[in-house]
Amino acid sequence: MELFWYIVIVAMLTIYVVLDGYDFGAGIIHLFFAKTEKDKKAITNAIGPFWDANEVWLIAVGGVLFFAFPTLYASSFSGFYLPLIMILWLLIFRAIGLELRGQIHNKIWETIWDKAFGIASLLLALFFGIALGNIVRGVNLGMVTDGVSTQEPHFFFLPLWNPTFSPQTEHLGIIDWFTLLLGIIGVVALAIHGANWIIFKTNSDLNEQLKKVVFRLNFVLLALVIASLLIWHIIEPKPFHNFIETPWLWIFPLLTFAGIFGLFKVKSFRKHGMGFLFSTLFLIGGLASTVVSIFPNVLPSTNAVNPSLTLYNVAAEDYGLTVGVYWFAIAAVLVGVYMFVQYRVFKGKMDDVGYGEH
Amino acid sequence: MEDMLFYDRMQFAFTITFHYLFPQLTMGLSLMIVFFKWKFLRTKIDKYNDAAKFWMKIFALNFAMGVVTGIPMEFQFGTNWAKFSELTGGVIGQTLAMEGMFSFFLESSFLGLFLFGEKLLGQKLHFLTGFLVFLGSWASGYLIIATHSWMQYPVGYEILENGKFVLNNFGALFSNPWLLPAFLHNQMGSVVTSSFVVAAVGAFYLLNNKHSDFGKLFVKTGVIFGLISSVLLAFPTGDWMAKNVAEHQPVTFAAMEGIFETEEGGAEIILFGQPDVENKKLDNKIAVPNILSFLTYQKWDAEIKGLNEFDESVYPTNIPGVYYAYHIMVGLGTIFIGLMLIASVQLFRKKLYKTKWVLWTLMFMLPFPYIANTTGWYTAELGRQPWLVYNLLKTADGISPTVSSGNTLFTLLGFIGLYLLLGLLFLMLAGKIINKGPETTKIN
Repeated sequence: MELFWYIVIVAMLTIYVVLDGYDFGAGIIHLFFAKTEKDKKAITNAIGPFWDANEVWLIAVGGVLFFAFPTLYASSFSGFYLPLIMILWLLIFRAIGLELRGQIHNKIWETIWDKAFGIASLLLALFFGIALGNIVRGVNLGMVTDGVSTQEPHFFFLPLWNPTFSPQTEHLGIIDWFTLLLGIIGVVALAIHGANWIIFKTNSDLNEQLKKVVFRLNFVLLALVIASLLIWHIIEPKPFHNFIETPWLWIFPLLTFAGIFGLFKVKSFRKHGMGFLFSTLFLIGGLASTVVSIFPNVLPSTNAVNPSLTLYNVAAEDYGLTVGVYWFAIAAVLVGVYMFVQYRVFKGKMDDVGYGEH
Repeated sequence: MEDMLFYDRMQFAFTITFHYLFPQLTMGLSLMIVFFKWKFLRTKIDKYNDAAKFWMKIFALNFAMGVVTGIPMEFQFGTNWAKFSELTGGVIGQTLAMEGMFSFFLESSFLGLFLFGEKLLGQKLHFLTGFLVFLGSWASGYLIIATHSWMQYPVGYEILENGKFVLNNFGALFSNPWLLPAFLHNQMGSVVTSSFVVAAVGAFYLLNNKHSDFGKLFVKTGVIFGLISSVLLAFPTGDWMAKNVAEHQPVTFAAMEGIFETEEGGAEIILFGQPDVENKKLDNKIAVPNILSFLTYQKWDAEIKGLNEFDESVYPTNIPGVYYAYHIMVGLGTIFIGLMLIASVQLFRKKLYKTKWVLWTLMFMLPFPYIANTTGWYTAELGRQPWLVYNLLKTADGISPTVSSGNTLFTLLGFIGLYLLLGLLFLMLAGKIINKGPETTKIN
């Protein structure tokens, strides 16, 4: 049962990253590359009818995590308190940036909300990357000082950073050079992903330029990913042991690289959706590889006193998890239907949706 | 430790109070928009479609505010109430996860279609998407109140040795006797809010001599919906709720009603007065004899236990708070029924659109349903304190053990600043939409 819900949550999280990821990416592109009103309209039309439903995946992941792994939910949400609340604030700015911009036609008003949308999207991509970094790196569970737990063994609290920005000290921070690297990978990967979505869903004048942007950023992404692989062992002495023990898991790293190498051909794709497909492969592969590399841990402990949190020691009891399968199955089918309807109605190019026009 | 609990409670109270200003309008207004759209489909009169479209603009803005202030609510269970989440997640995680899966996806997927899909979908499907948004928002209310009901009246659980609550009967979460009355009462409260908002905007147009056709339609619709919902709010739903509290939380009931002494021959109903908890009496009392006994048990002389019958250790934490919240809610609810009755009589006599004082009153009543809904929730929540899970888990034992009070104050201040900004923006933009008024289009 635990394994089932673990897979469900990882799958839902991946869907969230793929879907809201293109919104964040669109925001980053909007911030750096949208110069004219037409460019901006094209970008917001491409995500306008979707972003809200995409964000629901985050809420749903939170809910299912609460239900299936209450101890993990309690431990990680209170331990990562500050960045999580800041993510909430950024999500507010992203949302009102998109929703309020069109309410008043005034240059200054529009500039304010354009920037709010763009900057919030950029920071969200960064924060989610950093969050992933924190999970692989692990935390000081039980807040051990001098070999003694100062809290219950599954609770902790991390400040935003420590003075050394090192991932290897006893008292860690959210942001250190390792997690920051993953944050930057998040920004670059989602910028590529967002650009691909815009190319896919619009006939914007921006598209030719965006293909070049994707092509160039793809080199950066490849370099960053290789760099992270080379230094991974500093964080985790045996980073590939799961892949060696269970060879079929190599499919995930394979997907990651298939995504990157596919994108080098971005300029010659005939179908406009191809780029998006490859960046989706990259995100699925990258996220899954990272998460399974620490399996069965879900939050490793960095001290020798308290054990890591695994999917087995944080789960709810069997009865609840079993009942959940029934309603979840119904809900999953319904969600599938909604998504089918939604993407069916807004299929093809979306330049004429008229998002934010009153 | 004291500080940690205080700031955690303040942050939750502040963020939930602000948040719920929006969903109460979302739930009620979605019903009224579906009504306008349905009238349009039936009568083919464009005015109804224009009305639906006008309210959709307010709805979209309001919905966005509800969503962005709602996500922090779900996260705060974990961030600020980690111990509570750890101990009860196996039970209330069910209903909270179901809310995400069953209602938020429904609402958000079809809201996009409802707002941007009228041309693509055609009128009938457009109506259907509106209906699904309504269904999603009410389902969300239902599942949240299922969660709330479990905290008020825990069912279907057992407690393990390590203190964790474990679900052992899924069905019990939904057959909880607290759930149905609380849900219906809450939904009527939200229809009252939307009715008063629609009527107030209509009155504004009529008094302004602008958009008078829409003014009449909004006042009429608001008054009819308002009369029905404010009556249902009191009876049977409010009555049923009060009886539930009297039965399952008698000490909270005594605090709500402000009854200190148990009176022989039946309890009076308190209309006015200030509880003096230190000296266990009510100052400046205005009361009507025997009514409370009758309302609660349909017997004029039924006994209702006063606070003095209970040990102080089981008192609600803030008795005056519970008492005032409840009395403000009930007082306002009574005024709502009275005003809507008068307005309905004038409507029936075809004089409402010219009865200026009623129109002015309708316009100025706009904030009060929000106050009534808020104080109603305060009654329920303060009435349960000091418990998170009634009689089983103390609020003080539910907070996050590792989040210091300084960190919570930091985020509380952030929320206050940010929500102040959101509130100002909402009022400004809603005011702009209302002042501009509905646009007329020709479809038929």
